[in-house]
Amino acid sequence: MELTNLSISAIQDLLTRRQASAEEVACAHLDAIQQKDAAVRAYLAVAGERAIEQARAMDRRLAAGEPLGPLAGVPMAVKDVILIRGLPNTCASKMLENFTAPYSATAVERLEQAGAIVLGKTNCDEFAMGSSTENSAFFPTRNPHDLARVPGGSSGGSAAAVAARMATVALGSDTGGSIRQPAMFCGVVGMMGTYGRVSRYGLVAFASSLDHIGPFARSVRDVARVLSVLAGGDPLDSTSAVVPVPDYEATLEGSVQGFKVGVPEEYFKGLSPEIGDNIQKGIDVLKTLGCEIVSIRLPHTEYAIACYYIICTAEASSNLARYDGARYGFRAGEYSGLRDMYKKTRDRGFGAEVKRRIMLGTYVLSSGYYDAYYLKAQKVRALIARDFVEAFDEVDAIVTPTSPIPPFKLGERVDDPLQMYLADIYTVTASLAGIPGISVPCGKTRGHPPLPVGMQILTRHFDEARLLQLAYAFEKAGGFEISA
Amino acid sequence: MALTEKDVRYVAELAHLELTEEEIRRFLPQLDSVLQYVQKLNELDTARVEPMAQVTLAEAGNPPLRTDQARRGLTQDEALGNSPEQGGGCFKVPKVIERE
Repeated sequence: MELTNLSISAIQDLLTRRQASAEEVACAHLDAIQQKDAAVRAYLAVAGERAIEQARAMDRRLAAGEPLGPLAGVPMAVKDVILIRGLPNTCASKMLENFTAPYSATAVERLEQAGAIVLGKTNCDEFAMGSSTENSAFFPTRNPHDLARVPGGSSGGSAAAVAARMATVALGSDTGGSIRQPAMFCGVVGMMGTYGRVSRYGLVAFASSLDHIGPFARSVRDVARVLSVLAGGDPLDSTSAVVPVPDYEATLEGSVQGFKVGVPEEYFKGLSPEIGDNIQKGIDVLKTLGCEIVSIRLPHTEYAIACYYIICTAEASSNLARYDGARYGFRAGEYSGLRDMYKKTRDRGFGAEVKRRIMLGTYVLSSGYYDAYYLKAQKVRALIARDFVEAFDEVDAIVTPTSPIPPFKLGERVDDPLQMYLADIYTVTASLAGIPGISVPCGKTRGHPPLPVGMQILTRHFDEARLLQLAYAFEKAGGFEISA
Repeated sequence: MALTEKDVRYVAELAHLELTEEEIRRFLPQLDSVLQYVQKLNELDTARVEPMAQVTLAEAGNPPLRTDQARRGLTQDEALGNSPEQGGGCFKVPKVIERE
């Protein structure tokens, strides 16, 4: 029995039938990390003892006949921008290299309450800024499908851990695609709910009007289970939405016959032809399921990258002002006076991409430029959001490629930030509009080795149930296996 | 190129970043190319568009106010636990005001 290749419900079957203990399941994953992670490098910190303790506590509860939570004994990885009390939280930055979280994120508390076992903290681009996990201050993570290639980013470690069977599920954060794009690159399922659907208390802030926490798993059903636990209002996050949370798993198997699915023309320009071919096959699968495919327009798509990179850098420059060497984190060794301490601390503590974004954000917010850049971007954001509102008057869901390019080689794109930004085109739009999105595996490229392609599905605000229903039907009918 | 080295130094000063000369040389064309690219937004007439600062969702209603009730926060030790320098239960920073 391969304990690292199981779904959530398969793990729970084993536990309830006493065919395996939670400790055995956790240890199998810790062993897998030991064996594989020297090559993949998905984890920044492994919390082995803590995980075994949690698992033993679960086994005692099982032995006592206590009811199981919906994630009982499920090994989980957590992106290193989401706090877990007592564990390090570096944000893959030298700035927080020695930071220990004094409290836990609501998302983590809910998952642990439901029985999940935390295995460790995963690598990412520094402060979640990047699309390849190469911006980690410590080391890059590698794609389990081809170790010469990136796992995507910024939540590359979480995606790689799930793909390489070093965790059953994982948490990531998504600001402009940081869950969906690595989910595609690593060939797993990754989802971002509606803005506010999942509490962000305990998520280190990058761009507050865009940040989300969301799950990775190897199946849509497992993602639905985790999202059901994660979702819902939180008094500790005033931006979280107090909207009833359906049991997403209960409605998964509903028929998608007659669903109107929009295919936006704008998302099929300038993409790798192989990705286009795979997505077209995916659309054909939806047709066989009885979905009505409708060509739609999202006319402001070409402005989304410009809009997104103004807004996210502006918000980042403000959110990252707190790293000043005074209260926590890194402080430069030598300085003369307070102001010099700030400047040297921030120069030595932040990596190049973080500094570039702080510089851009500071520039667009600076006196004389605010209206031309930031205010303009907020207006364009309204137009992009309106595109979706109008599209959803016509259709129930929208499908697109998740990324225009397949996983690329390490080092291939690091010197040209703008080229890296442009590849986020299919994911930033949903982030700006605040609608939910998922990436599901949709075939592979023909190269050697073949690389995963992902299809993104988008729905209206708070329509995660239908999004998951469509993704589930697609996954089942498409038979696109998840492997690495 | 529209952005100048002087602009980069000025913005670095605003952002409290002491960039090295090498960083300034490297960032100048990179920042410039992004700023040139985002000019694209000027193709759109937005005179009658309300800016969208935040995703506001009718379904989410108004954010509920929690009751004004004291709850446990971090202890002093917890709050100081990650500080680079501390003393007397406070964060220690370089002297801000010089004595005459």
